[in-house]
Amino acid sequence: MPSVTMTVNGMERSGTVEGRTLLVDFLREHLGLTGTHIGCDTSQCGACVVHVNGTSVKSCTCLAAQADGAEVTTIEGLANGTELHPMQEAFREHHGLQCGFCTPGMVMSAVDLASRNADPSEHEVREWLEGNLCRCTGYHNIVTAVRAGAKAMGGGS
Amino acid sequence: MNDFTYHAPTSLDDALAALRGGDGAKLIAGGHSLLPVMKLNLAAPTDLVSLAGVPGLGDITDGGDSVTVGAMCTHADVAGSDVVRARIPALAAMADGIGDAQVRNAGTIGGSVAHNDPAADYPAACVALGATVVTDRREIHADDFFQGMFATALADDEVITAVRFPVAARAAYAKFANPASKYAVAGVMVADGAAGVRVAVTGASGDGVFRVAEMEAALGASFSGEAVAGIAVSSDGMLSDTAAGADYRAHLVTVMAKRAVEACG
Repeated sequence: MPSVTMTVNGMERSGTVEGRTLLVDFLREHLGLTGTHIGCDTSQCGACVVHVNGTSVKSCTCLAAQADGAEVTTIEGLANGTELHPMQEAFREHHGLQCGFCTPGMVMSAVDLASRNADPSEHEVREWLEGNLCRCTGYHNIVTAVRAGAKAMGGGS
Repeated sequence: MNDFTYHAPTSLDDALAALRGGDGAKLIAGGHSLLPVMKLNLAAPTDLVSLAGVPGLGDITDGGDSVTVGAMCTHADVAGSDVVRARIPALAAMADGIGDAQVRNAGTIGGSVAHNDPAADYPAACVALGATVVTDRREIHADDFFQGMFATALADDEVITAVRFPVAARAAYAKFANPASKYAVAGVMVADGAAGVRVAVTGASGDGVFRVAEMEAALGASFSGEAVAGIAVSSDGMLSDTAAGADYRAHLVTVMAKRAVEACG
């Protein structure tokens, strides 16, 4: 069985996995990072979005072995201690969630957008969130939150 | 998903050796076509050979009258490439409409053309633009490469290294997308290039990408949306599913062709 080593939220983590072990399962089952959710398992819903080498990807459609040697950031890696990341704070402030299941993926996807575009339009946010499904909110507050979070980030990460 | 042996070669020769070493070995690039079918047990390779560590497969180069896109370039790479946007903007726009942002961050051009999903966008772009698929051992024109649903001219142990697109004078892609997956229910690429006007359709036929000779002839005589608006394609062999029936798909082909021509400006 292959052994994988990756930097997860700034810490080097290793594990022995099966070839077929998905990145999301490695994060959840091996590392206990259950903030990354499995929604559809078919790369449609976006609940499992994490960053691999700074880019948002769906961790249900990535093998752990494919992320060997990579830098991975999950929702647990955003906050600075008890201080929420600006995008998390924007979701809280603008009530960009109801049940919260999609929220980790939404936030990780939004952070990637904001690092590319510090002031996305409503249209740009809605296009970017094409691959993040929310069954509660109707998206309105999420879009508001993402735009506010992006501004608060000011082009940073 | 059945288990398999994962290989991470760091040279093309090692990738070929690994591919030949396993009985039922498959290549994996971004995995966004292969992993979903493996989850459904529609594919169960014994070995997966990753191309991620093989150097030289991620470049986009301007060859003057053509643009060459490395096989491991993601859809986001193609959509965001200054070279592609300047030389073949229709190709950049097509790549920007694949799936969603995270799919575009992982899925690759090489993986897409090798998989030849009948609803994928790239086959239409390749055929309309008259692209050439470059492999470890030969070059295959798009007309010969795509051979029906999920079928290509590739040998079992053949590796796509790049796809070379001739620069067209004008081209555009219009897609009626499945609202959930963004796969093409019907997608039409129209290109006016050195090989004349070519009209290639994806998403509609059970045999995958096909050209519409009658539309190409009409556009050769008069390059306008009106020239194709009255040309119907047969619904024989068209896909029929929850997204659209065969008759509707045939209708969409004409509508998308007209929109693509008009988008050429």
